[in-house]
Amino acid sequence: MRYEAPTTTKEAAKLLAKEKGAAHLLAGGTDLLVRMKGGFIEPDLVVDIKRIPATQSIQKTASGFTIGAGVSCASVGRDKGLGKAWPGVVEAAMLIGSDQIQGRCTMAGNLCNASPAADSVPAMVAARAKAVVVGPKGKRTVPVEKIVTGPGATSLKKGELVEAIKLPKPEARSGDAYLRFIPRTEMDIAVCSAGVNLTLGAGGVVKKARVALGAVAPTVVLVPAAARAIVGTKLDDAALEKLAKTCEAACNPIDDKRGTVEFRTQVAGVLAKRAAKIAYQRAGGK
Amino acid sequence: MAEAFDTSYTDQEFTVIGNRTLRPDGVDKVTGRARYGADATAPGQLVGLILRSPHAHAKIKKIDTSKAEKLPGVKAVLTSADLPDLTNGNRGNYDILENCMARDRALYDGHAVAAVAATDMETAKQALKLIKVSYKKLPHVTDVDAAMQDSAPIVQPHIKKADDQTQSTNIANVSTFGHGDVEAGFAAADYIVEESFKTEQTHQGYIEPHACLASVGPDGQGELWVTTQGHFTFRSVCSDLLGMDIAKLKVTSSEIGGGFGGKTHVWIEPVALALSRKCNRPVKMTMTRDEVFRATGPTASTSMDIKVGATKDGRITAATAHIRYQDGAFPGIWGMLGAMTAFACYDLENCQSVGYDVLVNRPKVAAYRAPSAPMAAFGVESCMDLMAEKVGMSPVDFRLKNAAQEGTRASYGPTYGPIGIGATLRAVKNHPHMRARLGKNQGRGMACGFWFNFGGQTCVDMNIGTDGTVNLTVGTVDVGGARASMGMIAAEELGIPYEDVKVTVGDTTSLGHNDTTEGSRGTFSSGMATIFAARNAVEELKARAAQTWDIDIGDVAWEDGQAIAKGVKGSNLPPLSLKELAKASPRTGGPIAGHNEVVADGAGVSFASHICDVEVDPETGATKILRYTVVQDAGKAIHPDYVEGQMQGAAAQGIGWALNEEYIYGDDGTLQNAGFLDYRIPVCSDLPMIDTKILEIPNPNHPYGIRGVGETSIVPPLAAIASAVSNAVGVRMTHTPMSPPRILKAINEAK
Amino acid sequence: MSGVHVSTTVNGDAVEFVCPAGETLLDVLRDRLGLTGAKEGCGTGDCGACSVTIDGQLVCSCLVLGAEAQGREIGTVEGLARDGELHPLQEQFISHAALQCGICTPGFLVASKALLDNNPNPSEEEIRYALAGNLCRCTGYDKIVRAVGAAAKDLAREAKKTKAKTKKRK
Repeated sequence: MRYEAPTTTKEAAKLLAKEKGAAHLLAGGTDLLVRMKGGFIEPDLVVDIKRIPATQSIQKTASGFTIGAGVSCASVGRDKGLGKAWPGVVEAAMLIGSDQIQGRCTMAGNLCNASPAADSVPAMVAARAKAVVVGPKGKRTVPVEKIVTGPGATSLKKGELVEAIKLPKPEARSGDAYLRFIPRTEMDIAVCSAGVNLTLGAGGVVKKARVALGAVAPTVVLVPAAARAIVGTKLDDAALEKLAKTCEAACNPIDDKRGTVEFRTQVAGVLAKRAAKIAYQRAGGK
Repeated sequence: MAEAFDTSYTDQEFTVIGNRTLRPDGVDKVTGRARYGADATAPGQLVGLILRSPHAHAKIKKIDTSKAEKLPGVKAVLTSADLPDLTNGNRGNYDILENCMARDRALYDGHAVAAVAATDMETAKQALKLIKVSYKKLPHVTDVDAAMQDSAPIVQPHIKKADDQTQSTNIANVSTFGHGDVEAGFAAADYIVEESFKTEQTHQGYIEPHACLASVGPDGQGELWVTTQGHFTFRSVCSDLLGMDIAKLKVTSSEIGGGFGGKTHVWIEPVALALSRKCNRPVKMTMTRDEVFRATGPTASTSMDIKVGATKDGRITAATAHIRYQDGAFPGIWGMLGAMTAFACYDLENCQSVGYDVLVNRPKVAAYRAPSAPMAAFGVESCMDLMAEKVGMSPVDFRLKNAAQEGTRASYGPTYGPIGIGATLRAVKNHPHMRARLGKNQGRGMACGFWFNFGGQTCVDMNIGTDGTVNLTVGTVDVGGARASMGMIAAEELGIPYEDVKVTVGDTTSLGHNDTTEGSRGTFSSGMATIFAARNAVEELKARAAQTWDIDIGDVAWEDGQAIAKGVKGSNLPPLSLKELAKASPRTGGPIAGHNEVVADGAGVSFASHICDVEVDPETGATKILRYTVVQDAGKAIHPDYVEGQMQGAAAQGIGWALNEEYIYGDDGTLQNAGFLDYRIPVCSDLPMIDTKILEIPNPNHPYGIRGVGETSIVPPLAAIASAVSNAVGVRMTHTPMSPPRILKAINEAK
Repeated sequence: MSGVHVSTTVNGDAVEFVCPAGETLLDVLRDRLGLTGAKEGCGTGDCGACSVTIDGQLVCSCLVLGAEAQGREIGTVEGLARDGELHPLQEQFISHAALQCGICTPGFLVASKALLDNNPNPSEEEIRYALAGNLCRCTGYDKIVRAVGAAAKDLAREAKKTKAKTKKRK
């Protein structure tokens, strides 16, 4: 195995593109090194992107935020502006693993690892986050939900890597929230999860909504029906019940060591309700 | 023959015992200097790795190691052919041999099938890949109840049915205990409670994986550095399996990073020694966490039926338990221990407990802290709560009414001496925790537990330096602060400051055999031997004083660390301190030492009662432990901090067992969660502070009244938490772990 | 096997080593630099026994490649005591009996120091969540949490004294 630490994204893309063997990208390494340790992968080349300045910062722009692919979730958590704008996304990023893991793991890595249980992804999907993809053919920006195509699989082509995650500027009177269920209080992978992003109109009525669920299908799922269930309501009990039911209907989970189909389905609905209430409050709803 | 010393409790006043001294190995352990199993190196050492079966049950048709042997850097490749059967009909040893390296069949996912030693990790890993094993998959069974069916795949064909020696069975042992007439007892009952329970398999979960450094020379002499609870036992077993002389295998116990029973058995050590013997280079082996889960000994999973009968006024008339323990692929004594402990807390006229040892295609079950007792207590204590409710008594009062006491004939045979079950129950009854108010979705549970404790073979050595400081060498491993306790006992007995004693865990060449540090025996037995060794040394100190004063030794007394001359002749003589006698020793007869070898009989049984409050989220089934109180009869607490630590640690392990920890097997018989990510032991934020109350009911058979403290408090938590959860959600939980999916399912089904 | 040459700083000392590209920082520390204070409990970032800091950031050294250490500052448990004086956390772990077997202790100390560096006065809940990545199987965490709380108070007192001294000098 070779280790390379290029200083530009272009160079990184080139290294990945020309490698004939198994090439892997190293951001935080909290998934990559676990897979190497378990013998699940045997890289011929590891490209460390943390020496690339473009991956190392959080930029606030007129249109929102750009979070470099090498920025640790601990750094995401320390960014006050980001936390104020997208509390749900930041909370989701801060739920990945322990403080030790936080010190290394990245949102882009969490996305590209392509686990349906990735904590930051439902929150990013709900927040309309986009991934900045750099490859041999240049740069493109795609919605994060288009990156993951199945468990462990992405739409990235050979030589492509995510350089940064872009979050839009939040709309007025909007709020987001993310909740996940784990058996312990920390350290587990989400058994199921829900990210909700709401914008309120006059009188506290939900004007726009996005609801995304994690760990209940091969990929994180955006549930438009769940959004429709609460749009036009003030999140009364009936709307929340409908939200839960539409979420349950969107679930297509598996039975495994972390949970059952029945459990994941039921609790995904519960989490969506709870997350919606938090998002509603954050949006200024009462 | 060692001198006989008085073992009986004397109710003496202590000056050192009972203080919270600083542990002597503390600085080493907070600075990273302490050396554990994986922290040793030897010149020219190789990396040893083991190839493990990916199948739950398979015939090993052929192992081709030729390619691995040819790989540059590979110094030894080993299969069962390199471990000839030297066990001479000793089936127990043969089972150990077969577990360390599969012979004709792989018996579980993770079973060792071959091993290599190479110059570095990368080469060793590559060599493992070059070993080609041809397997023929065989039908497997991993569930204890399924394994008892006649149609089940047979794990060990040599084990036959008791009533038909032509038929193989997975039921290796059936152990029955009890007395009276249970049928008559049930007939006399006003109420009967009958319930079935299941517990899933858990692992000791010590943070330090097994590791050792083995070195065998061309002369056949060997050394083994290893993380173990019993280096003397490891020496005996490894010598037996490998045909080595006991005296020529020196085993040194490293610092041990947790064991809880799991490091009482050999796993990789005979393999490391055999590899080293094959290439005459030191071989270091360190298990990965995945290997620890798949291929060391977890505790049994169980399935059981409990029946209790009682009169209207709350007196138990009869009780029975049938408990099926899953032993993994090799028979153990787990069913027997479970049957013995099931009803040990109670004074029962009619009782019967039956324990079954059942073989399945899972790793060999090992001891885990009060082995077998927590599962039995889960079923029995849950039924005690159900019965208390039927007769309209509080769970505590019902237990108090039926608790064993001094003179009670224990359900497993002996008659109890002074015991603490009643005292722990009264302490629970009077504890403010029992009166604290509970909120919505909250519940409280309490339960009792019992453990035998153990003594066994023990040997210690005490040497007094010429400056009066003392070396104490013990042969029981320091698993959690024992060096502090041993130093305190030596200081107490000699009458010198605690700081003047240096305690060392000796290797196998420095002492006679010491039994493994198990059964909560460390402080009890090495403490006893230390007292006797000190008394032995004091006799010598007195003799030196008598010689110095030219008086009869009978006229010398030992008080507060000095010799006092008594009688007419000695009336004007100033006392001689230990320091003075030690300083003069080169001229009065040479070194002053004390020594003791003893079979420490008379271990005192121990009881605990726990209280637990939980809150359950009715929408997700998530349980939060709100408050936890441990009351335990510890006998004399030598070092209260470490006694509390044992009580808290045992409770925490029980909490993990009750709520989230379990081995999860797939339909293919392979372990699905061999790691700390999905084998979920409690993390810091899962737990509240764990309150403790130590009751010191002295053990009359130990000079300081010590009982043993390490295990008992893992026994009550399963039942205490089950009752708390059941009270919170209104459904009786009968299956551990009570994971959120199980609780939510129970809530849904009750709706 | 292609070795990577790395120059880095460990506990303030400049060190150089060559390691295979795939070797973890934990293995480098233990097997190449002889610093066995960091332990491998799992190798997958689930137990925290291998905790170290990189440029002050708490990480699991089992999830870092040795090659990544180039030009960084690594802190391990061996660097906690300075000039023969134990760090207040080390003192309090001993006096609170916050260790039994001690295998998790180096990781807890490194993680606790990282916590107190960022949050000098943590609540019990903050301590518990900050240390959730460090598994201890012996203690039930009770005495560890108390020890960390006590060390925080010690450090606050020390800081106050140092402040007073500097004021006097001025």
